[in-house]
Amino acid sequence: MSERNHLRRKWFNRLMLVLSGCAAGLAILILALILGYILVHGISYINLNFLTQAAKPVGEAGGGMRNEIIGSLILIGLASILAIPVGLMAGIFVSDFASPKMAATVRFASDILAGVPSIVVGIFAYAILVRPMHSFSALSAGVALAIIMVPIIARTAEESLRLVPNSMREAALALGITRWRAVLSVIVPGALTGIITGVMLSLARVAGETAPLLFTALGSNFGYQGLTKPIGALPLQIYHYALSPYADWQHQAWAAAFLLLLLVLCISILVRWISGRRHA
Amino acid sequence: MATVSDRVRNATTKQDIREVTTHFEGDKGILEVQTLNAWYGKTLAIKDISMSIRSRTITAIIGPSGCGKSTFIRCLNRMHEVSHGGRVSGSVLLDGKDIYARDVDPVTIRQRIGMVFQKPSPFPTMSIFDNVAAGLRLTRLWSRRGDLQEVVERSLRQAALWDEVKDKLNQSGASLSGGQQQRLCIARALAVAPEIILLDEPCSALDPAATLKIEDLMRNLAQEYTIVIVTHNMQQAARVSEWTAFFLLGEMIEYGKTVDIFSRPKDKRTEDYITGRFG
Amino acid sequence: MEYDAATMSPPPVKGRTFGRRRRFGDRIFSNLTLIFALVIVAILLGLVIVLNIEAAPSISKFGISFLGSSSWDVPKESFGALPAIYGTLLTSAIGVLIAVPISLGAAIFLVEMAPSWLRGPCSFLIEMLAAIPSVIIGLWGIYVLAPFMTPIERWLGGHLGFIPIFHGQVFGFSFLTAGVILTLMIIPIITAVSRDAIKAVPDHQREAMLALGATRWETIRRAVLPYCRSGLIGATILGLGRALGETMAVTMVIGNAYKLTPSLFSTGTTISSKIANEFGEASSGLFIASLVELALVLFGVTLLINVVARLLVWRLTAVKEAS
Repeated sequence: MSERNHLRRKWFNRLMLVLSGCAAGLAILILALILGYILVHGISYINLNFLTQAAKPVGEAGGGMRNEIIGSLILIGLASILAIPVGLMAGIFVSDFASPKMAATVRFASDILAGVPSIVVGIFAYAILVRPMHSFSALSAGVALAIIMVPIIARTAEESLRLVPNSMREAALALGITRWRAVLSVIVPGALTGIITGVMLSLARVAGETAPLLFTALGSNFGYQGLTKPIGALPLQIYHYALSPYADWQHQAWAAAFLLLLLVLCISILVRWISGRRHA
Repeated sequence: MATVSDRVRNATTKQDIREVTTHFEGDKGILEVQTLNAWYGKTLAIKDISMSIRSRTITAIIGPSGCGKSTFIRCLNRMHEVSHGGRVSGSVLLDGKDIYARDVDPVTIRQRIGMVFQKPSPFPTMSIFDNVAAGLRLTRLWSRRGDLQEVVERSLRQAALWDEVKDKLNQSGASLSGGQQQRLCIARALAVAPEIILLDEPCSALDPAATLKIEDLMRNLAQEYTIVIVTHNMQQAARVSEWTAFFLLGEMIEYGKTVDIFSRPKDKRTEDYITGRFG
Repeated sequence: MEYDAATMSPPPVKGRTFGRRRRFGDRIFSNLTLIFALVIVAILLGLVIVLNIEAAPSISKFGISFLGSSSWDVPKESFGALPAIYGTLLTSAIGVLIAVPISLGAAIFLVEMAPSWLRGPCSFLIEMLAAIPSVIIGLWGIYVLAPFMTPIERWLGGHLGFIPIFHGQVFGFSFLTAGVILTLMIIPIITAVSRDAIKAVPDHQREAMLALGATRWETIRRAVLPYCRSGLIGATILGLGRALGETMAVTMVIGNAYKLTPSLFSTGTTISSKIANEFGEASSGLFIASLVELALVLFGVTLLINVVARLLVWRLTAVKEAS
């Protein structure tokens, strides 16, 4: 091997390694910039009025997003009530009761469902709920968000249930415990951290979802008026205000973005912490 | 009771055993295995096993790994059918009633025939107390705390674990040593008040000191319970059991009193195995 | 005796397998979980059926020409999907083209080079980017990225304007800006999946290559990357699927003009942004049906993409389990 060739390879090696380091640096730098910008820019517009007042009509200064904050919480709560039982039970079915064929079918369906663009889910909820009921509604938005949550919960639940060693199942059955009680009292508690992680991940995901709300929740200037009425939500309001020409509204959009991002990041960090402790 | 046990012990031929066991039907915990076969999917794991297991004795099943001894013991409390593809033919009579009869619920059978596995398997999310109480709590709709306390203490005492854990009943079962965990699992099985206890290589994951404790424990338990133990450790079988069955390639080669099996084996293959000539 | 000992075949299933004689509670509970699992399957099927029913008027009116026509005239009720499909494909292509090298480089760095104390925090930060809601990225896009892109687009137009794609007026809101936004949004998923794929390459592959006198880069290039090729392709396709379906951020920076032009600097539209902008106000039946048909096209494409990606990633995990 010639000396020149060797040198060339050595330098090419260094170049490529530096380049991939740069790629990682770039990705992280951009991320840090976006995160930092939103947090720093957003926090400057947060004030008490923003948190406690309702939105004011165009032209009037002040106002806040109290109704939207409450609206978002209601939607997330509603979606959780609908999605957690379905996701959890489906996860239990796949890990503990399904034949291999059924397990593959359900797993496949939930993978596909997880990949459906959220705006398509919004149209689905519109078609099955908004139009028949002749009104945009909190309910339809909750259903749309629940459809997005279900596959995430089902997959993480199934995976963490399968991590519970089979010896636990056998030990329970050998005591003469029936299968369903063994699952509920021994297997599910053993997988609880994983299941909670999955639920929180899905919450972080839907807390910021906007597209499916556009033609289900629609948005509302009044607070919560019932499940069958339109309802405001933080991400929707960010969208509307961001595209508005009024500086005051744009500032509120930033403040709302800060709040939403804070929520989502807190959940993500919590998830990381929980799963980190589990592996430790 | 001792007389029954003695007579059973003295019975050598199958005919004798039948006679004795039918004669003393009041004696609980007699297992009569008849032409038992078990499959995993299409693979026949044990072939045509017939044997009688005597009440209040320790019966050891020995044989090289893969000989079907674990499969066999799992058939005795209907745990084999839990494994994927597990299937059984033949019958196992518990005090004269076939546990594989159509109208028999495996769940009830498992309450009467407890099992302890190779790897200690305390429920990690439960405290020591809850582990022992699990079988009771989860097999009935509700239970009084006071009753549970009594049963938990009695079971832990029977399992010779009470003194070591009485001050930390609320700690997780996973915090115990391997040997303690295994005794916890035995206590857990005892709490359901079974008639028979099956032990599937209960000491293979334990150190010698812990093994010794479990062996002592088994000898004590044998005064009240019928015990069947699977072991690949011949010395262990010789130390604890009164009767020994030698399995090879899914078949029962020889079954007899432990002293006879180890000193005067009838079959050449048994002799080869116990003298260490193969495996 | 229930079987012929000579053939050793299992007896016919007759009340001896688990599940035959089961407690009432067990049967109820397992059927209950089955019902909930079927809900997932039902939602997916319902989605396909409902979209088809809703889009039926448009499908029967325009037929296949819906995909090739570029008119979107509400009063005349003449609808075609071409500009939206073009916009979706173009922005996603830009996104994937920029994101793949960066993500791959980052993944290689994280697995092969980063000191172990740096790995955790870096992975964590990159995953955080995936957690930022799309609408917030869009907000950032309007007020930070679009103004930032304007001078870049102007510079490109000035120096490379003779190429059609770099020709035209510059607004900041454009296919290119939307593509860049998508890049940022799919870097996390591509990085994360490629990182797992690279991590799954067994060490003996690396050692064998190093023992031949290869440099570290040559080891990565010749041994590691080929070994996990299908995983990397899967990662890219998953990123593509995410980009195709992305709605809010793109809607906020693409300018929303329904036109077909080669210029990257032009305002444009994508399938999802078209739906987001107009579905709420659509009144006439055919208008709605056309928007739903757009959604159906999007659904079909992402479905295909996800199935392919899933199969590739499955193959990868199969390799991992085998070794």
